Amino acid sequence: MIRAIPVGLLLGALVFPAVFTLPFPRHVMIMIFLYGALASAWNIIAGYCGQISLGQAVFFGIGAYTSSILFRELGLTPWVGLIAGAMLAVIVSQIVGYPVFRLRGHYFAIATIAVGEIVQALIVNWDAIGGARGVFIPIKRPDSLVNFQFHQSKAFYYYIALALLLLALAVTRGVARSRLGYYLRAIREDQDAAAALGVNVTREKLRAFAISAALTAMGGTFYAQYLLFIDPESVFPLSLSILICLVAVLGGVGTLWGPVLGAAVLVPLQEGTRIMLGGTGKALDLLIYGALIILVAVVQPGGLMAFFARARTAGSAR
Amino acid sequence: MGFVYALIAAGLSLIFGLMEIVNFAHGEFLMVAMYAAFFAWALGKLDPLLSLPLVAVLLAALGWAVYHGIIRWVLSGPMLAQIFATFGLAILLRSAAQFVFGVDFRTVNEPWLAGRVALGPVFVGVPQLAASVTALAAFLGLYVFLSRSETGLALQATAQDRQAASLMGIDTQRMFALGWAIGSACVGVAGGLLAMFFYIFPDVGSAFALLAYVTVALGGFGNVPATLAAGILVGLVEALGGLVLTPALKYSVVFALYLAVVLWRPQGLFGRF
Repeated sequence: MIRAIPVGLLLGALVFPAVFTLPFPRHVMIMIFLYGALASAWNIIAGYCGQISLGQAVFFGIGAYTSSILFRELGLTPWVGLIAGAMLAVIVSQIVGYPVFRLRGHYFAIATIAVGEIVQALIVNWDAIGGARGVFIPIKRPDSLVNFQFHQSKAFYYYIALALLLLALAVTRGVARSRLGYYLRAIREDQDAAAALGVNVTREKLRAFAISAALTAMGGTFYAQYLLFIDPESVFPLSLSILICLVAVLGGVGTLWGPVLGAAVLVPLQEGTRIMLGGTGKALDLLIYGALIILVAVVQPGGLMAFFARARTAGSAR
Repeated sequence: MGFVYALIAAGLSLIFGLMEIVNFAHGEFLMVAMYAAFFAWALGKLDPLLSLPLVAVLLAALGWAVYHGIIRWVLSGPMLAQIFATFGLAILLRSAAQFVFGVDFRTVNEPWLAGRVALGPVFVGVPQLAASVTALAAFLGLYVFLSRSETGLALQATAQDRQAASLMGIDTQRMFALGWAIGSACVGVAGGLLAMFFYIFPDVGSAFALLAYVTVALGGFGNVPATLAAGILVGLVEALGGLVLTPALKYSVVFALYLAVVLWRPQGLFGRF
């Protein structure tokens, strides 16, 4: 019964664009997929490995900028940019990760914030790639898969975002079940004990960080091609890093489905309140959102997934 | 500015030292304090310098309420829950301010103190100078309180070992609440001082809060005197970084300094584990 749910969800997701042809419901779904994927990527490093990175926007921005600059300057298809961005993000994650992983707990979290702020300030002041003005991705017509641009319908974006989410979930599942997954959880539970048992703590953390960075960068490329405009404020901010974490925290950290669930709850809430109350500059959507997070942290730190887990154990006990 | 940073950071450091929780809503506390000072001026015609005690008391009440309403419940939870409880609070306070006050920048016009004086070769704004002096005084007051008074010593004892402290008859719950109240009062004073010469808007806290985390981590979490030194250092580096490089990169210089120090000494400049 419980196994049928993911299959049902997937089927539902596949036929969704056929039923809902208006742009708005599709946009909401695309955002759910995107944030689900980003939160899953964060979940690998933070949920499974326990390293609370608050600098995920660095990788997101690298993905967005790499593909956009390559496309604008060299006319390279964003699909190549996607791979290049992911590779660059992996390299940066290793350079940043090697020293920063020596820190623990709050020090690590704050160091990742500092890295994020430095990178954002550098990009803002880097005029060759647009500086604070950002980058317009040249619009190419007609729509084509090669140019990763679809102006007629959001359906293509929809399926690409879905594919991204599925990739993130598959990677998460793969990691969780592999040797690496056990190492990561051992590090999360007790780093010193893991090291004493022969786990190369730094190397495993770096691996997890690389995977997380690559997936996040792919999300960045998708975002750039979806909006066709990026600037440092939209792809590098601390608030994005935090939003990514919050999605995962709301859903349930360290679980496969938690990030998706979190995105499925938070994104419609955000988009809905934005449509209904947005434009007034009153930030009521964020007000609800903040209250929700406090509530989750206080009432159920395991996130929404913990309720399911509880229901399931209660069900099997009967 | 260094002294004001130090005062903001001291509140953060106190709370962290006491119960190992980083208050990510610290910047928003600052914002609340600045609005409080602004409205005391706009509605009550009170100069920020006069309303300072009021703002401090208000913020102490806020800290106390936050402890009892939120923090107490996540204290035994995982670190992630603690981080996100305060993050959620930060978003809540910021958007509440935006909801109630709008996003417009506000300033306190015609404060008592204005103009500038020459201190040797450099010109310093009078409000800034007054803020520095007051912040330093508040800081010293805090230090004396912590190291001399019985309550201050009880706070320190709780920070060192909760269980031992409670065995000695110290009510740790009360100490925690008190720590939040005092830590928030510090940021209240800092906010009141900043209101004299800084724009007031819902997002104002975030930049200061980031610097405060860096300051605290630089000095070593939970070490209040070290925070003063780190605060001054951050203020200096920020000013010099802005002067030598472009002003736009001044915060990057501070963050880079922080990273360099922390990688060299993970426990901060003066910290112990």
